[in-house]
Amino acid sequence: MNHPFLPLLVMFAVASVIVVALLTVASLFGPKSTNAAKNDPFESGNPPTGDARIRFSVRFYLVAMLFLIFDLEVVFLYPWAIYFRHLGVFGLIQMGIFLVILTVGYVYVWKKGALEWD
Amino acid sequence: MDTASFIFYLLATLLVIASLLVVFLRNVVHCAMALVTALLLIAVMFVTLHAPMLCVLQVMVYAGAIMVLFLFVIMFLNPGALEQQRGLWWGFGTLLAMMLAGVLVPLVATSDLPADPVAATELFGSPEMLAKSLFSDYVLPFEIASVLLLVAIIGAVVLAKREN
Amino acid sequence: MDVNLVPLLPAVQVLVTALVVTLRDLFIKDGESRGVLAFYSLVGLGLAAAEVFFLLGGRQEGAFNDSYMLDRFALFFALIFILAAALTILSAIDYVRQTGMREGEFYALILFATVGMIVMAAANDLMVFFLGLETMSIAVYVLTGMWRSNGRSSEAAMKYFLMGAFATGFLLYGIALIYGATGSTNLAQISAYLLDQPSEWPVYLIGGGFLLLIGFAFKVGAVPFHFWVPDVYEGAPTPVTGFMSVAVKAAAFAAWARILLYKLSPLDNDWVFPLWIIAIATMTLGNLLAITQHSIKRMLAYSSIAHAGYLLIPIVVGVEWGGLPLLFYLLAYSFMTLGAFAVLTSMTEGDESKDGYSDFAGLGFKRPFLALAMALFMLSLAGFPPLAGFTGKFYVFRSAVLSGHLNLAIIGVLNSLLSVIFYLRVIVAMYMEEGGAAGKSFRQAPFVYIAVAIALLGTIYLGILPADALDWSRRAFGSLE
Repeated sequence: MNHPFLPLLVMFAVASVIVVALLTVASLFGPKSTNAAKNDPFESGNPPTGDARIRFSVRFYLVAMLFLIFDLEVVFLYPWAIYFRHLGVFGLIQMGIFLVILTVGYVYVWKKGALEWD
Repeated sequence: MDTASFIFYLLATLLVIASLLVVFLRNVVHCAMALVTALLLIAVMFVTLHAPMLCVLQVMVYAGAIMVLFLFVIMFLNPGALEQQRGLWWGFGTLLAMMLAGVLVPLVATSDLPADPVAATELFGSPEMLAKSLFSDYVLPFEIASVLLLVAIIGAVVLAKREN
Repeated sequence: MDVNLVPLLPAVQVLVTALVVTLRDLFIKDGESRGVLAFYSLVGLGLAAAEVFFLLGGRQEGAFNDSYMLDRFALFFALIFILAAALTILSAIDYVRQTGMREGEFYALILFATVGMIVMAAANDLMVFFLGLETMSIAVYVLTGMWRSNGRSSEAAMKYFLMGAFATGFLLYGIALIYGATGSTNLAQISAYLLDQPSEWPVYLIGGGFLLLIGFAFKVGAVPFHFWVPDVYEGAPTPVTGFMSVAVKAAAFAAWARILLYKLSPLDNDWVFPLWIIAIATMTLGNLLAITQHSIKRMLAYSSIAHAGYLLIPIVVGVEWGGLPLLFYLLAYSFMTLGAFAVLTSMTEGDESKDGYSDFAGLGFKRPFLALAMALFMLSLAGFPPLAGFTGKFYVFRSAVLSGHLNLAIIGVLNSLLSVIFYLRVIVAMYMEEGGAAGKSFRQAPFVYIAVAIALLGTIYLGILPADALDWSRRAFGSLE
């Protein structure tokens, strides 16, 4: 039983046990009372106004998309960083080119004001 | 049945259930949550296939970033208004699914899968091995990927940025 | 690791130009002239073309473990892409300003797409091919939707993106199955595997080949995967439509020829018959539907489907006879189609594209040069001698006859006759009717005139003196190894 993922499995098992146990304990011993005010959404103590499902601004979407793209860039950095010592100067040049091209994108996004909330 | 195939069938069953939920649940947000579950299960499947790096990427990119985009689209489109009858599209979708099944079932049924799966070595799929092949055999695709990402950045800004 | 960078030269040249244009654009203030960006783009493309000619004289070289082959075939296509990009930019200079699209990004995206295409044509590895394809596709999706104040442009971009993503799925799945069967993405190794073990292939290898086939059929807009073409071509900004119908199609055919027709040719037997049907259906349906259109832009979209059908004939015919006609026809098609779209671009008034038959009425008297050029492009597309289209069709049908596909040749000729109906209708409108749109004078849009003139010269030259280009096409296809 020396599988490399065994600790991970144990962690998941312990986490699930704790969650289930806490929920069970709370529902068994917790005080129960229900009324209309308790079922309201809690908006910092204020009475709720309007629908929770409002339309989001498209600007969120642009930010999310840019996040996704730069996230993918990081994905490439991760294996490179692990293996960096074996790659030597050649690896540095490879990643350099990759990053220079993407930096153009970063400069572009910055100068276009896509990171600003205007 | 050995442990490996037991785990596989368990995961596969859960995956099919999660995917069915994506299709059949009525609330779009619930569908998205079922999709996250399905993506996470696929990540676990990658681990059983000796590809831990892919598992991490699956969680980071798909279950993380791409799901965020999904949720943004859902909130952006105001799902309450989208509840409607599914008649025609369901027929069309079923037809496509049957066609795909018609292609895939014979492929799987013949079961002449390769005798030596690519994932034969212990280190296969580890970040080190990925880096090794990415930065030697696949340098060119790697560099082109940066151009692809740059085009995507420009495209995102051109199409989604508000004109001044 | 072999790091021979010379074969990357043309692609890198275009890439650097694109980066320079992107960055330079950021430092031009709003309201100032951005003409310098078009100038940079054209200079960069010119340099790339010069490098292609320089490399044509040298020996063929592969780079990165032969995953990238800059042979004569790749160089031939690189020239087509550079030509298409240059003519598109020339004809777009005035159009982009008029319609309020972002100039810097427009030119940069055309250049990025060109980089992707050059990579696609030279890719000798399925991964390299796929990344080239995606670079091209994403750039063109965005170009399609760049006219943001125009709803149809956005709609077209959405449709194109969804359909394109679907096709990409097919291609990627096919690549995965082929990799699973052969253990490599390198085309040299895949074809070695196919030759080593003749006819003992797993079923899913053949399935992977079919999925690739479907993906390519989507990309070139062949029936029954053509549904997106008319809407997308009509909605996209006119110069982009020209770019799509020439360069994107040529890139898809280049990859098709290298990957399916050449490297995976042992799998050929399975798909000759489906392809035969697809070719006939594509020609016939494209031409029949083109007759019923009222908009010339939409007619050209259907005509582009029909031409994809003609181009499928050499693919059906196979490696032995099909190489020369495929390449030559693509070259001829590039000139006449880019020319026709350049004329169409010059008809735009304000932010209204005037692309109906009625808008062309009387153009022969208002803008004699544009009308004459358009007439010649139409005649060439229909296949009248002595223009490029005739020579191209002649060699396509000849290859069908010589290889024993007489029925394909006959159906092709009948289709060409059918196509005369709607091509001539444009000429009739221009010379025998009155009261259409005005079109632009040379003073108003000098660059469009230059683009039209270049396309016209190419169309006439390839029709009258095709020997050099034919020889060139033959050697280019012969260089695949």
